[in-house]
Amino acid sequence: MSLTNKPVLDAQNISVVFGGLVAVNDVSFAIPEGSIVSLIGPNGAGKTTFFNVLTGLYQPTSGQVIFDDKDITGLSPNKIAAGGVARTFQNIRLFGMMTAQENVMVAMHSHMKAGVFATTFKTKKQRQEESEARDFAQELLDFVGVGETTHEYARNLSYGDQRRLEVARALALRPKVLLLDEPTAGMNPNESAQFVEFVHRLRSERAVSILLIEHDMSVVMQVSERITVLDQGEKIAEGSPTEIKNNPRVIEAYLGKSGSEASQNVN
Amino acid sequence: MAKGAKLRKEKQSVAVSGESLAQQSSSQNRRWTRGFIIAVVLIYVINKFYIPVAPMQVKVAFNTWLSLTSMGEIMVFILMALGLNIVVGYAGLLDLGYVAFWALGGYVAGWLMSGFFDQVTFKFGGNPAKGLPHGIHLNVFLVLIAGGIFTAIWGVIIGAPTLRLKSDYLALVTLGFGEIIPQFMVNGENIGGFNMTNGSKGINPVDNIKIFGFEFGPFALADKFLLYAALAGMMIFLSLRLRDGRLGRAWLAIREDELAASMMGVPLMRTKLASYAVGATAGGVGGVAFATLIGGVYAERFNFQISIIILSMVVLGGMGNVWGVMLGATLLAWINNTGLVQIGKIFNAATGMNVDFPSFNFLIFGVLLVLMMLFRREGFIPEARVRLIMHEDEFADVSNVTDQIKLEGHHHHESH
Repeated sequence: MSLTNKPVLDAQNISVVFGGLVAVNDVSFAIPEGSIVSLIGPNGAGKTTFFNVLTGLYQPTSGQVIFDDKDITGLSPNKIAAGGVARTFQNIRLFGMMTAQENVMVAMHSHMKAGVFATTFKTKKQRQEESEARDFAQELLDFVGVGETTHEYARNLSYGDQRRLEVARALALRPKVLLLDEPTAGMNPNESAQFVEFVHRLRSERAVSILLIEHDMSVVMQVSERITVLDQGEKIAEGSPTEIKNNPRVIEAYLGKSGSEASQNVN
Repeated sequence: MAKGAKLRKEKQSVAVSGESLAQQSSSQNRRWTRGFIIAVVLIYVINKFYIPVAPMQVKVAFNTWLSLTSMGEIMVFILMALGLNIVVGYAGLLDLGYVAFWALGGYVAGWLMSGFFDQVTFKFGGNPAKGLPHGIHLNVFLVLIAGGIFTAIWGVIIGAPTLRLKSDYLALVTLGFGEIIPQFMVNGENIGGFNMTNGSKGINPVDNIKIFGFEFGPFALADKFLLYAALAGMMIFLSLRLRDGRLGRAWLAIREDELAASMMGVPLMRTKLASYAVGATAGGVGGVAFATLIGGVYAERFNFQISIIILSMVVLGGMGNVWGVMLGATLLAWINNTGLVQIGKIFNAATGMNVDFPSFNFLIFGVLLVLMMLFRREGFIPEARVRLIMHEDEFADVSNVTDQIKLEGHHHHESH
């Protein structure tokens, strides 16, 4: 079982304070290698803030992030990304005026070497590097299912394809951990169901561990091996989907106090 | 109907660009490269072989409207505008102080190929004027390289602290540097007793160019023109190649979305610095070239207006598109050095007035830019992607039209 694996990404006692606001309070969280885990919570629970700490966009006020046995706390986002922590965005942030292929190739930047000189004179090495990068980009575009959009501008793709392209771009970093920020936002139930399958394929075929932030509970419950619940910056529960479903504190956080009583009455 | 047809045509070209952007741009590049080379060769051949034997009127006409000095200057400005295009057009960093690099390059020429430092006598492939053996006299190629390296280093020195700033602040700080460096040159005649820049008197004469034992005297303008055209050609080549490589993609990504770019492993500072350094190098080489063109370095020429003119060339031509910028540089440089003067003369002669046209150059550039913004915001020859974003609504309409056409076609099929 993947949950007993040692963590590939381990956030320890993370706190983030903005002025007087405690956005994240002493949250510890681990992603076991090869697992699919989720982070859920009502709006304003601190999920995205926590996400941003993991990817280096915010510095935690206290706490540590260990990735692959190395302390990556406070490293710049591009170093963390190049090291193998890739992400997608809640509101899609593709490079709209670049083609799908170029989008994916941008994410290979840190794995490529060609500088001004090599690019200008198209050295043998540079040409080889470029053609390998193009092939890999095509492989990834095919993998996520947008293989025929190689030379389309990203902004011209359909919403679903843009979401897929974002995943392809993130995979181009050759990540060990993939963080998906509300990947099913705006998808219809049918697409969401396909997405569950897609996440499993991601793990098995691209060998990544996956962290989801998700609002769609049916997706979360189907796909996650473990769920962590944040509310008002604190971790209020952690466990398997079944455990979380029946946790009174979680129900309270989502539905309010009387709501949790109501649901208990129903039970 | 005519409008529909036109729109359909545009839509088609967009569809093609979507289908194979690389192919389309490479055929465009081939066409323009051929055009550039033909134009350069024509100008050279006509001036070198025909003009000396041409009738007087032809000679005069050429000298007034298409003088070789102005052609050489155009080439130097193409070089510099393309350099700024890498910073502004590719990486999206607004630089209002580009003249600083032009000035630095100019002074490198002043220092390394003139009799200015007469304390020393050093000659390495250079061409000191007769009877003035003192000073540093290096070969022009070495000076061009030195100018490029020197300004690249200054690009990094200036860029390292400033490129951390975002858009408006970056523009302000670069504006500051664009003022500081020329001011330093004006006041640099006594730095702890050392005369570094000869103040507002400037450094002159700069040595005549001498390549492979062949001297380009003050009247060898055609040959000089060829040299500057070669430099501009090299910059065109560099711009096109860089655009399609690892760095070019990273620059475009930064232009579109800095945060997303950094999250995809692009180191923002390093990549921005690279664009700044390449841009600065072009500015420096342009500075050296210009010094050899006019045979001297004069601090007053390096003013804020130049930064704005070069920026206008980039915007007017079409930010990010090498050929657009080339056209913008050609047009504005020509208006600035020839067009205004000559049109002014004609206007004054016809009306009997005495209007100083060249002093209105900024009024005219301003009007041009306003007109561009009103009627063709994307520049003369925009980058395909920029055109797309600027005419989004039109294209949206077109897709409706084409959908309709498809539908109609479909009905036809059904009826058959």
